[in-house]
Amino acid sequence: MGILEIKNVSKSFGGLKALNDVNLSVQENTVHAIIGPNGAGKSTLLNCLVGKLIPDTGSVTFEGKSLLGRKPFEINQLGVSRVFQTPEIFGDLTVLENVMIPCFAKRDGVFRMHALETVLREAEIREKAESVLSDMGMADKLHMHSASLSRGDKRRLEMAMCLAQEPKLLLLDEPTAGMARADTNRTIDLLKDIQASRNITMVIIEHDMHVVFSLAERITVMAQGTPIVEDVPENIKGHPKVQEAYLGGAH
Amino acid sequence: MRGLERKDFILLAFVTAIALLAPIILNPFPADSPLAQFNAGYPDLMQRFAIYGIFAVGFNILFGLTGYLSFGHAAFLGIGSYAAVWMFKLLTMNVLPAVLLSVLLSGAFALIIGFISLRRSGIYFSILTLAFAQMSYALAYSVLTPITNGETGLQLSLNDPRVLDPVNTSGSLPFPSLFGIKMNAVAEIEALGRVYQFPAGYYFCAVIFLIAFYLSMRIFRSPFGLMLRAVKTNQTRMAYTGLNPRPYTLAAFVISGMYAGLAGGLLAAMDPLAGAERMQWTASGEVVLMTILGGVGTLLGPILGAGFIKYFENIFSKINDNVLHQWFSFLPDGMEDFVVTILHPFVGKGWHLTLGVLFMLVVIFLPGGLIEGFQRIGRLFRRRPKAGKDDPEHHPKPAPHVAE
Repeated sequence: MGILEIKNVSKSFGGLKALNDVNLSVQENTVHAIIGPNGAGKSTLLNCLVGKLIPDTGSVTFEGKSLLGRKPFEINQLGVSRVFQTPEIFGDLTVLENVMIPCFAKRDGVFRMHALETVLREAEIREKAESVLSDMGMADKLHMHSASLSRGDKRRLEMAMCLAQEPKLLLLDEPTAGMARADTNRTIDLLKDIQASRNITMVIIEHDMHVVFSLAERITVMAQGTPIVEDVPENIKGHPKVQEAYLGGAH
Repeated sequence: MRGLERKDFILLAFVTAIALLAPIILNPFPADSPLAQFNAGYPDLMQRFAIYGIFAVGFNILFGLTGYLSFGHAAFLGIGSYAAVWMFKLLTMNVLPAVLLSVLLSGAFALIIGFISLRRSGIYFSILTLAFAQMSYALAYSVLTPITNGETGLQLSLNDPRVLDPVNTSGSLPFPSLFGIKMNAVAEIEALGRVYQFPAGYYFCAVIFLIAFYLSMRIFRSPFGLMLRAVKTNQTRMAYTGLNPRPYTLAAFVISGMYAGLAGGLLAAMDPLAGAERMQWTASGEVVLMTILGGVGTLLGPILGAGFIKYFENIFSKINDNVLHQWFSFLPDGMEDFVVTILHPFVGKGWHLTLGVLFMLVVIFLPGGLIEGFQRIGRLFRRRPKAGKDDPEHHPKPAPHVAE
């Protein structure tokens, strides 16, 4: 029984079947990659996990609790964080404030009105945010306006925001899209460190095979809304079905 | 210092000093000089400064922090006024219970209106609040006449019960007071060729204004304020951070509604009558103008904007052609008439034109409001920061005024 269980999930948009009877089980403390050609339904599946989309049929359970019908913030409070393909950060705020917000969310829950405290005097929250940021190598950018960060830094900031929540499951949607090779390698190292030190289960959607094979312990290949193969990385590379999906059938 | 950082404490001390010394600061010209009409240090106007300052500061908590642009805040101003006048009619002429009921009642209304309006954001939210305010106006004007006295407006009368007050035998209407100090009492001091007026009503408003300003400062710096700014910046990320934006925006809406109710209650305390026109959409638009003119999302901006607009409304509107002729009498006759003709549309009844031009200039050249103008001037005098710190490639996009 995995930490995340997806059973018989289907989702259609009009006549298009984006997900067709998906079954997937993610084991605790593993890095599970989902790969597949464009339009395979990877992002739709991710959106079904975080509450942005509701599947037509099937069930999604996280630690035995059903995620269906819960709002994104409720799912997040259960311990599921998400890194977006284009970084979603609080652009108007400073880097430190960006990370303090998830720290407050972790401490206070969905809503609490602390109207007469001073943000910068919340020493505990501040220290936590600063330590996460320095783990991310952003200790020198604490008071920068986060909208003025470079794209790579924005991604790292978003990851810091997710880590500050101490999630149990981290969903990463193409964490290295649009990055230079050097940055990609740095991100891979970072994710490896996080995985080793924090015991976080990760689900990664990625096109870059270099990233996938450096990180993943298990890989699911999707095509046309259905997982076609699930195995350890060594067995994926030469798998005939995978080559068929990517190359459009090797005759 | 009571939970304030040094910078904020200085700001608060500065505002306190100005508020307390306003009767002196706003009276710079001797009574017999031709410029005396620019003096703003008379009770009625100073009270307006303080009251509309409260209104704008409260509005800024909603608009400045969360980016939700309400076009219906005058409804709460009106509700506050009606509540206060009813308190004067039924209970006592003491202003404290009246102001308290204004705040509570407008808070309750804000809860209902906010709960419905906040289901939408952006322009739809603005339209919903506008609709609610116009509905309140129409109700107050006609249907609810038994409560609001329709177009005449709600006034005091001699046979009101006023259960807590001693029986009124004087035959004239009582005036709102604070434990015996009448709100229209004025201490006058003549000095330096000027008559300085220290009105009790103004000081009552000023103290409440300072408390309101201090509270808004605390909210701005609090985790709650941080969450409100997060709402403005990125609601998607907020939801994926385990936070529900709805209760935050609703709380901000109710708080700013209570500020508006407080302002309405004080208006009634200074002059115990309430009319439906206080709820009209122009009054809602005015507070939007104040906030944007002064500087959205800044602490001082809305106060500055409120002061500016009220000054224009009361001072510029009093300049007529005779005054203009007086000023330009040193010019040759033809020139004088020409200059007066040019200036005529901008003064007197045309003060709106001047305000409109000023507003356009501010929005175009100082998108951060008048406060940004002052900051730029301040920066000119300060030492320039070392070059190279500013990265021209990575200039942040200015924040949108309205939540997207």
